[in-house]
Amino acid sequence: MGVKASRFRRTRRSGFRSRRLRDAVAAAALALVTAAAANAVDTEAPLQNAEQQSLYRKLLEEVRCMVCQNQNLKDSDAPLARDMRRELRRMVESGASEADVKQFLLDRYGDFALYRPRLAPNTLLLWFGPGAIVVFALGATAFVIRRRMKMPIPEED
Amino acid sequence: MSGGRKRVRWALLAPCAVLLLMVYFFGVSLGRDPSLVPSPLIGRPAPEFSLPELLDPDAVFSSRDVEKGPWVLNVWASWCAGCVVEHEFLMALGRVGVPLYGLNWKDGQKDAIGWLQLRGNPYRAIAVDADGRAAIDWGVYGAPETFLIDAGGIVRHRHVGPLDGAVFSEVFLPVLEGGAP
Repeated sequence: MGVKASRFRRTRRSGFRSRRLRDAVAAAALALVTAAAANAVDTEAPLQNAEQQSLYRKLLEEVRCMVCQNQNLKDSDAPLARDMRRELRRMVESGASEADVKQFLLDRYGDFALYRPRLAPNTLLLWFGPGAIVVFALGATAFVIRRRMKMPIPEED
Repeated sequence: MSGGRKRVRWALLAPCAVLLLMVYFFGVSLGRDPSLVPSPLIGRPAPEFSLPELLDPDAVFSSRDVEKGPWVLNVWASWCAGCVVEHEFLMALGRVGVPLYGLNWKDGQKDAIGWLQLRGNPYRAIAVDADGRAAIDWGVYGAPETFLIDAGGIVRHRHVGPLDGAVFSEVFLPVLEGGAP
């Protein structure tokens, strides 16, 4: 028991049998992370204002690249995505709010441009459809179970 | 007892109805092209632009310079494959006097002019949108795209992809001939 516990503690501390192996894995992980960061398409220097920079990053995540459709602006290298990043950057830099930028996009490209569409009559089904299906399914299941519970248990022959 | 039976029949019918509904919606979606995005510009005033003229870089082509009456704006570029496909048709439109204007999108001036010299120029005037700023105002996400603007300056239709006779006579012609919005 005592042996087991101490062995458990040792593996928890490092998880690796040797320090060298651990360091190698850590280095590989670090390399992967930095490589992913270097892969980011937007190579522009960050905006001076930290608040604006975080808004800009957030928008890049949430705005669809209209050419590639299943990529956001952050990941897309399409020429149109580059133009839109430039526009968004300019807007954010000149003090536009998140709502301003989203309205700008809605006016030009419609709800499709936003990965997090606004709540509007034509997006109600999108927002609440899945929930409604779950509620309906749970209700139906509860209905069936309750009815079966009321059924007499058949006697065994 | 008969009430219980009716309920059982309902429980059987509901999943079938749901299934049919899903088949219907999936069937409709099958026939739809997901790359066609509806334009929020339809029914709204055409976005304005003031850009250099392709064939006369000293001149400025403003959307306000367009003569009174309905007009057509075609977004094109020399790098655009679909533009080659529709060009013959645009040339025919130009010959019969359709007020066709061009927006040269993210193109090089030399490339664009060379392209027109090779294939002919159907446009009354061509705006140069080198950095793509005006195209964003029009919600352009590819070339070719063709907009129909009525006499009141309202965008009535946006066609994505090469324009052809079928779309033109069905959608564009009534507005161009009718004139009034």
